Amino acid sequence: MKYETQRVALPFFMVAMALFALQIVFGLLAATVYAWPEFMASFMPFNIMRVSHTNLLIVWLLIGFMGCTYYLMPEEAEQEIASPGLAYIQLGIFAFAGAAALVGYQFGIHEGREFLEQPFWIKVLITISFLLFLFNTSATLAKGRRTAINMVLMLGLWLAAVFWLFAFYNPTNLAVDKLYWWWVVHLWVEGVWELIMAALLGYLVIKMTGVDREVVEKWMYVIVGLALFSGLLGTGHHYYWIGAPSYWQPIGSIFSTLEVAPFFTMVMFAFTMFWKGRRNHPNKAAMLWTLGCPTVAFFGAGVWGFMHTLHWVNYYSHGTQVTAAHGHLAFYGAYVMIILGVMTFAMPSLRRSQPYNQVMNMWGFWIMTGAMCFMTFTLTFAGVVQTHLQRVLGMNYMEVQDQLGLFYAMRLGAGIAVAIGAGLLLYAFFGPKRVEVPAGGTQMTAGTDNA
Amino acid sequence: MAEGLTRSAARNIFYGGSLFFFLLFTALTVHSHWYMVNVSTDSEGLTESVKHGKEVWEKNMCINCHSLLGEGAYFAPELSNVWERYGGHQSPEAARTGLAAWIRAQPLEVPGRRQMPAYDFSEEEMQSLIDFLEWTDGIDAQDWPPHPAG
Repeated sequence: MKYETQRVALPFFMVAMALFALQIVFGLLAATVYAWPEFMASFMPFNIMRVSHTNLLIVWLLIGFMGCTYYLMPEEAEQEIASPGLAYIQLGIFAFAGAAALVGYQFGIHEGREFLEQPFWIKVLITISFLLFLFNTSATLAKGRRTAINMVLMLGLWLAAVFWLFAFYNPTNLAVDKLYWWWVVHLWVEGVWELIMAALLGYLVIKMTGVDREVVEKWMYVIVGLALFSGLLGTGHHYYWIGAPSYWQPIGSIFSTLEVAPFFTMVMFAFTMFWKGRRNHPNKAAMLWTLGCPTVAFFGAGVWGFMHTLHWVNYYSHGTQVTAAHGHLAFYGAYVMIILGVMTFAMPSLRRSQPYNQVMNMWGFWIMTGAMCFMTFTLTFAGVVQTHLQRVLGMNYMEVQDQLGLFYAMRLGAGIAVAIGAGLLLYAFFGPKRVEVPAGGTQMTAGTDNA
Repeated sequence: MAEGLTRSAARNIFYGGSLFFFLLFTALTVHSHWYMVNVSTDSEGLTESVKHGKEVWEKNMCINCHSLLGEGAYFAPELSNVWERYGGHQSPEAARTGLAAWIRAQPLEVPGRRQMPAYDFSEEEMQSLIDFLEWTDGIDAQDWPPHPAG
């Protein structure tokens, strides 16, 4: 850690991981209801579990992005963070807003639009905190070195703030409501968040492989270009069935198919740099996440997204468990994994230790990633059966759901495995410091000395 | 990666291209907004009661179990065409009575079945909610969903 103020990232990572753990708890509760419908029915209805699960994800990802930004900005800008005090204050505001929203949900206090359920005053607090964050990091950047990485990162964060403002607009016409609702939801996760992801990935690749910055940054511009060229008009795949004009069917089909391209390019980028790289970085676990993140994002966001994005396919699959399958692996691969990757890279220096003996972290990676893939497969099978019975044969919704019990049971099992993997990872992050393994020990070799 | 492409060229293509696609997307969104208000939805039928019904829908966070126009939680049936499913196109009064009775009957307490909670709607809230569902059924959603089953 070259700059003292990089330490600001640590409390952000701690809060993010606490909320991540809670997110998994609510996910497990909801998955249990799918398997045993009476579970907690009179105590906590399903909609409360679901809103808690999704909102915790959004809040911890945003706090995670902030932590990652505070960690890399001093190195990239060659400048200490403008105001560490302000960083702690805006973290406090954001964490309070998130916690207050979560507690409020348990008592039915919300605005009732999916993912934007936060009450008005909490939306205001989130906006204030995010603006303080942008001010603090932009001020740091303004005084320091501008690189493609910190410029694209800040562009992504600023645009995320701009599009968030559509969350305050709730038209009475439901179709118009949905039209602009996607300006937050889609333009975040299939638009500007990809800028944040690509910048963080580029940062990790430079650090891990030592490949020339010029080369990495050129790749990065190609990736974010592909992301926005495809992703902006790709919003059309959400406009097929909400009362929008029919021209969105060809536009959405073509451009959202192209949304696979940036993710595929990220995979090529990460692996090409890995093979070209001359630096043998000791943090093998961070390398694993750096390669794993684009790979899983390519399958979760790219392939699983493409699977149901063509309008004549989506006509039948829209709003089934196919969407749930895609949602889970896309968020995990693209955004959860990039933050966990930066954390894996940053935690040893934040804790002033060396990246020794990271087997626990890697077990967390494989168990969690494997379980998320399995969960996605079970939901995909459920979705395909549901699509056929309900959308092709026209069977009643509840009768169809009765046919899906096996898949939901296996999804619950996968969720338990995710929780175990996450537990191992959290222990690796925050548990006792690892001890040094005798010389020669490296997790990347296949020999006996691989502890 | 093509050797001919320099970093600054890649950067310029990114900024220029993104701006172009953003402006195009904005223009199409403006047109879609106009289309929704004037063509695909019943703006004149968007009464105070329908607006209130949307508030009831949001206040009770129905979206985190049900889906509406295919968006929501997928845990409970699609409701954008529930009006059609209850025969509202043929006999509106019967559909209205049926929907209200179904909501009032919750929770069904059928063993092994997903439970919808009880909602203590006033008669006015109930009628507004049903007005909202009837209005939503009238949106021209390109013939989606494929079956009345939703």
